Amino acid sequence: MTDQMIVTQPDITELEELVRQARVHIVRSIASAHGGHLGGPLSAIDMLVALYFGVLQIKPDQPDWPDRDRFVLSKGHSSIALYTTLAMRGYFSVEELDTFDAINSRLQGHPDMAITPGVDMSSGSLGLGFSGAVGIALGARAAGKDFTTFAMLGDGECNEGIVWEGAHVAERYRLGNLVAIVDHNKLQQFGWHGESVEVRLPPYTGNQLVDRWTAFGWKVFEMDGHDMNEILATIAKAKAHSNGPVAIVAHTVKGKGVSFMENNYKWHARVPTEEELAIAERELGEPTGGGAS
Amino acid sequence: MTLAPGKALRVAFGETVTELANDDPRIVVLDGDLGSSTRVDIFEAAHPERFFQMGIAEQNMLGVAAGMATVGFVPFVSTFACFAVARALDSIRVLIAQPRLNVKITGGYAGLLAGMTGKTHLMFDDVAVMRAMANMVVVSPADEVETRQAIKAITDYEGPVYLRLTRPETPILFDDAHRFELGKATLVRDGDDVTVFSTGVQTTRVFEAAQLLAAKGIETKLVHVPTIKPLDEEAIVDAAREAGFVVTAEEHTIIGGLGSAVAETLSDRYPVPVKRLGLADTFGESGPNHELLEKYGISIEKTAASIETLVRAR
Ligand SMILES: Cc1ncc(C[n+]2csc(CCOP(=O)(O)OP(=O)(O)O)c2C)c(N)n1
Repeated sequence: MTDQMIVTQPDITELEELVRQARVHIVRSIASAHGGHLGGPLSAIDMLVALYFGVLQIKPDQPDWPDRDRFVLSKGHSSIALYTTLAMRGYFSVEELDTFDAINSRLQGHPDMAITPGVDMSSGSLGLGFSGAVGIALGARAAGKDFTTFAMLGDGECNEGIVWEGAHVAERYRLGNLVAIVDHNKLQQFGWHGESVEVRLPPYTGNQLVDRWTAFGWKVFEMDGHDMNEILATIAKAKAHSNGPVAIVAHTVKGKGVSFMENNYKWHARVPTEEELAIAERELGEPTGGGAS
Repeated sequence: MTLAPGKALRVAFGETVTELANDDPRIVVLDGDLGSSTRVDIFEAAHPERFFQMGIAEQNMLGVAAGMATVGFVPFVSTFACFAVARALDSIRVLIAQPRLNVKITGGYAGLLAGMTGKTHLMFDDVAVMRAMANMVVVSPADEVETRQAIKAITDYEGPVYLRLTRPETPILFDDAHRFELGKATLVRDGDDVTVFSTGVQTTRVFEAAQLLAAKGIETKLVHVPTIKPLDEEAIVDAAREAGFVVTAEEHTIIGGLGSAVAETLSDRYPVPVKRLGLADTFGESGPNHELLEKYGISIEKTAASIETLVRAR
């Protein structure tokens, strides 16, 4: 597949509008659930929309279609971003997002493959989803299937040793059908402090993440994770690279789209007040209290 | 009489370990990128030079704690119970429990109420796992008062300890006259109709359930067992001998927790019927605290109803 095919197929303006709507759903869902995470979903959402609307070979009305491309949200705490994307893509209704985090809901705090249509692997304990993704890719290879497996990890998640255990094995088996996207938003939950305890440092700086994945034998690309053209083009390059696993280090902004949440570690998992929600909706170009759908 | 509101155990923990460190230079804190949740951010702000951020890497964190203990430090390791116990179990077993090193493992957000996170984070088999491990002391305090005392006691104790901590604000059960003693149970309330052993924050719910039952003429004897290992066997055997049948209650699966410990002890030493109240053999889910407590059957009202049914059946 060439860059050309992927980039020209989906309408960029349409995708960008979907991303905007998705951000509104995300912020509203967290506010109404009184729980969940915000910073990580907002940094990841452009890439999720790009994947589900522009890249993945899937059949939303047949979530278990055996030949579908797979997506594993290894940074499972960003579940609301995945649920929003799945709902908008037709796996279940957008109204169901109102049940996020509620008791008896299919939309649990962390993705649960046993109950939620479209979730290809459970996650929530950081690092584990990625192992599952390596296994899916290895299984696909062993079964002679030619679908692609994508996994999304957090940059903080890359602290986990298990990530590098998986990276090692994926390289060992030259899993050209595996693409890891690292949401490099430069914050984790709490992390290391800087000159004061209020200042939290990024888990990795400069080229550290790129160098680490490269050292593990992965082909590495970088992209701006908020630029739809670049996202689609980079993923297309990653898919085209078939003789080994590819890591895409996506430069993103934690809390992207809502000024007071951006680059602020305190919005990792805070619930917005009514006033904060109203400001967020305004900044996201949405009339307060209306429906984004 | 309902109990006065109190702080969350995690807050009492953050504050107490910070205070104790003022006078005890051996105390260090290791965090698994959750300090803002487990409240060791309080410690970091006060003692930044003795706070070590280990990142999101729990197996390594428990191993590092073991190493620091061999140099004379008293490491308090802080993460959620699920990641301490489930993720880092081999580090705990081989590097902490087997060499009997002086590491204090704190399992935050233990039990059913972990802020809507759901089944990955809801760890209510932690006591079962840690209790089965040789050399491990297992402590589960009821309220902020007892948490403060327990942290002092486990700091004075030389050896590995698992301290169970919880997320939500918890009513105050004990006044300052309370004395937490490692390995000792405490009589919280006397009564002739039924004897309940409970542990952790569940004791506050059983206490309030006992008030509801008293209004119906059922008097509960409530024995709080904050140290699950080593178990206060004498207190349990004595109470069982007096009562002839006992009930246990905990915010933990009925497999392997306090209920199992009591049943094991009594079947060896003084067999009487034991009814275990707690969480069923299942995983948890997301949801608001009060709804989870109701659905999983350990709310104050559900506890009162369960005890009432047991009493009436006798
Ligand atoms: C094994 C494990 N340890 C700790 C946590 C708690 N936790 C949830 S999110 C998070 C920070 C994740 O940071 P990052 O991967 O950078 O995600 P993002 O910034 O994209 O939200 C932590 C420590 C967890 N879910 N799993």
